[in-house]
Amino acid sequence: MLNHLRPALVLLGAFTLLTGVAYPFAMTGVAQVVFPAQANGSLVEKDGKVIGSSIMGQSFTSDRYFQSRPSATVGPDPADASKTVSVPYNAANSGGSNYGPTSKALIERVTADVEARKSQNPTQAVPMDLVTTSASGLDPHLSPEAALFQVERVAKARNLPIEQVKALVEQTVEQRTLGLLGEPRVNLLALNLALDKLGAR
Amino acid sequence: MTINGWLQIAFYFAILTALALPLGRFMARVFEGERTFLSPVLGPVERGFYRLAGVDETSEQNWLGYAVAMLVFNAAGFFLLYAILRCQDMLPLNPAGMAAMGPELAFNTAVSFVSNTNWQNYGGESTLSYFSQMVGLTTQNFVSAATGVALLLAIIRGFSRASAKTVGNFWVDMTRTVLYVLLPLSILVGLFLVWQGVPQNMGGYVDATTLEGAKQTLSQGPAASQIAIKQLGTNGGGFWNANSAVPYENPTPLSNFVQVLSILLIPAALCITFGRMVKDERQGWAIFAAMSVVFLGCLAVSYWAEGSGNPLLHALGLSGGSMEGKEVRFGIANSSLWSVATTAASNGSVNAMHDSLTPLGGMVAILLMQLSEVIFGGVGSGLYGMLLYVIVAVFVAGLMVGRTPEYLGKKIEAREVKFALLGILVLPLFILGFMSIATVAPFGVSSVQDAGPHGFSEIMYLYSSSVGNNGSAFGGFTGNTPWYNVTGGVSMLVGRYFMIIPVMAIAGALVAKKAAPASAGTFPTHGGLFVGLLVGVVLIVGGLTFFPALALGPIVEHLAMLAGQTF
Repeated sequence: MLNHLRPALVLLGAFTLLTGVAYPFAMTGVAQVVFPAQANGSLVEKDGKVIGSSIMGQSFTSDRYFQSRPSATVGPDPADASKTVSVPYNAANSGGSNYGPTSKALIERVTADVEARKSQNPTQAVPMDLVTTSASGLDPHLSPEAALFQVERVAKARNLPIEQVKALVEQTVEQRTLGLLGEPRVNLLALNLALDKLGAR
Repeated sequence: MTINGWLQIAFYFAILTALALPLGRFMARVFEGERTFLSPVLGPVERGFYRLAGVDETSEQNWLGYAVAMLVFNAAGFFLLYAILRCQDMLPLNPAGMAAMGPELAFNTAVSFVSNTNWQNYGGESTLSYFSQMVGLTTQNFVSAATGVALLLAIIRGFSRASAKTVGNFWVDMTRTVLYVLLPLSILVGLFLVWQGVPQNMGGYVDATTLEGAKQTLSQGPAASQIAIKQLGTNGGGFWNANSAVPYENPTPLSNFVQVLSILLIPAALCITFGRMVKDERQGWAIFAAMSVVFLGCLAVSYWAEGSGNPLLHALGLSGGSMEGKEVRFGIANSSLWSVATTAASNGSVNAMHDSLTPLGGMVAILLMQLSEVIFGGVGSGLYGMLLYVIVAVFVAGLMVGRTPEYLGKKIEAREVKFALLGILVLPLFILGFMSIATVAPFGVSSVQDAGPHGFSEIMYLYSSSVGNNGSAFGGFTGNTPWYNVTGGVSMLVGRYFMIIPVMAIAGALVAKKAAPASAGTFPTHGGLFVGLLVGVVLIVGGLTFFPALALGPIVEHLAMLAGQTF
């Protein structure tokens, strides 16, 4: 037993220094030189201020923007720190609703959201992702269908021609990687930034 | 289900198999102490470590000495990690000012990472300092995986050596695994992930003002380096709370592909390593085939269930698979593939919320953990777990023809079969035992989020995941209570170490045996018949034990869902 103590402690110390200190610091050093933008969180700036990250979702609720999927993230209640309240797209506390498939709370929430979406656009079927919360609560994307579903509302709120807004969505759609991996999608922050530019022109 | 979905799955499995072969052969060379292309760089580091630690790399240990060395090393790791978590507020690299972790939670977390489970009763971005993540957790991500490989090597030598006393040197096996396998692969995968967008910095959290004017705090940190080893070492503990569903942790379909590939890569390659080390690669492929049959069967059920979706949502006018708890960039196919890969391996990272999977999709995940994580399984631990089932399989085959069973030229006798069954049966005892207490006691039921059969599944998931050393969760469940922190911690210890001791005892018994030359009556263990027998034994012994419990949870819920009932 005792003869194992020295190798155990020395190797634990050595591996802590190698894999717990040298490895992450070396990786940070290389990453900061080779991929500085990604390594620092793919931050997006506008007029010198950070407005978010290009790969992290943020909450859009205004009619003038394409709206994001519902988010189940929570944050501390400002009135009582021991409780939590709903804080959609809280990037400091990722998480999903974790509702099971037969959960009454899930079905009630989706029913209400479907009704609300139908009133915005009665002509099209409501897309699945627009009324379900994502796994992280920080999904930066919508399916192309969920973006196209909102075109009419956005165009109306901004007094833009429907065709122009629709064309913008179609330009922003990202296809599957190598035509195979993942799913077609629209990055909402990119789309809404492009939308703002369109209005400014 | 779509054609593209099946194509993504087929592509994944093809690449996995193609990479397992060269990596498996490379690892066999490393573990036999041969020179490889990495030796000029890493050889001096390896020898330096031995000199510092006073390890003679030529001397070996018997099974007991090997097991004790492993236990002492793991115990030291546990105490160091526990101390770091309890003191993180006084340690450096804490830009977000995280407080020290409480004793029960620190116990649970330390056990969790030392036992290669990585169950998380905390949210990384809201609980841990960068120091704890790196020095505490990343280190254990490496050495707990290396511990699994070392134990596997011991039992492999039990088969490959004859009339010997020693099974190897734990310190050497563990050191080589970290230096030549885990570290180089982590560097490659880590840099790939940074390229795809995973942060790797030491800066503080960034406050952003969103387009709509709200404040959003973007948590940062040295993430890519930890995520690479979390996947490669079948650890699974996320840098962020929602694990590989968080865009920062897994930003693109390509990062998703590389991560889910990393989950099964080493466990699959170790089958080939096993074949090389017992001097018959076909034996490794036979085990690989048996694992693949169960894996692909489970995947087909899961993808079918997720693709069919939730009729309760379809009744509201929605179509397609349920996207509750799933990310748009991954969709149904990748979420299903990941949920099966992460529970087949004892990884436990997630890219979709398992709590929100369809009942049968969730059941596949639970079942794979309950098979004691032998379908590829954890790094090292999956294959040594599978070898326990192999012993039972050849024993059953021997009973059928009335001959003493043999495997790889070693006679399998009463002692080995008893230890194998002990290792297999201790897991259901603890899963079902703790589960039955938790489902009737108020302190157990109070953690459940969903009513009805799904609540029962949540409790079953926790203990299956803990005992199986998986670490994924039905996340709606509140695991961070004294009862679950303590029983979950005990489950993880039992699931890891109560399986290891029988495995080491078998290694010790086998290594001393004479090699029995194959005769006309020897049952060939590299053909289709053996693969079928092994799959049968895994499903019957492992699966039937849990069938009544699964019927009460996911199966009842599935029927209720079809009947339109909610809870």
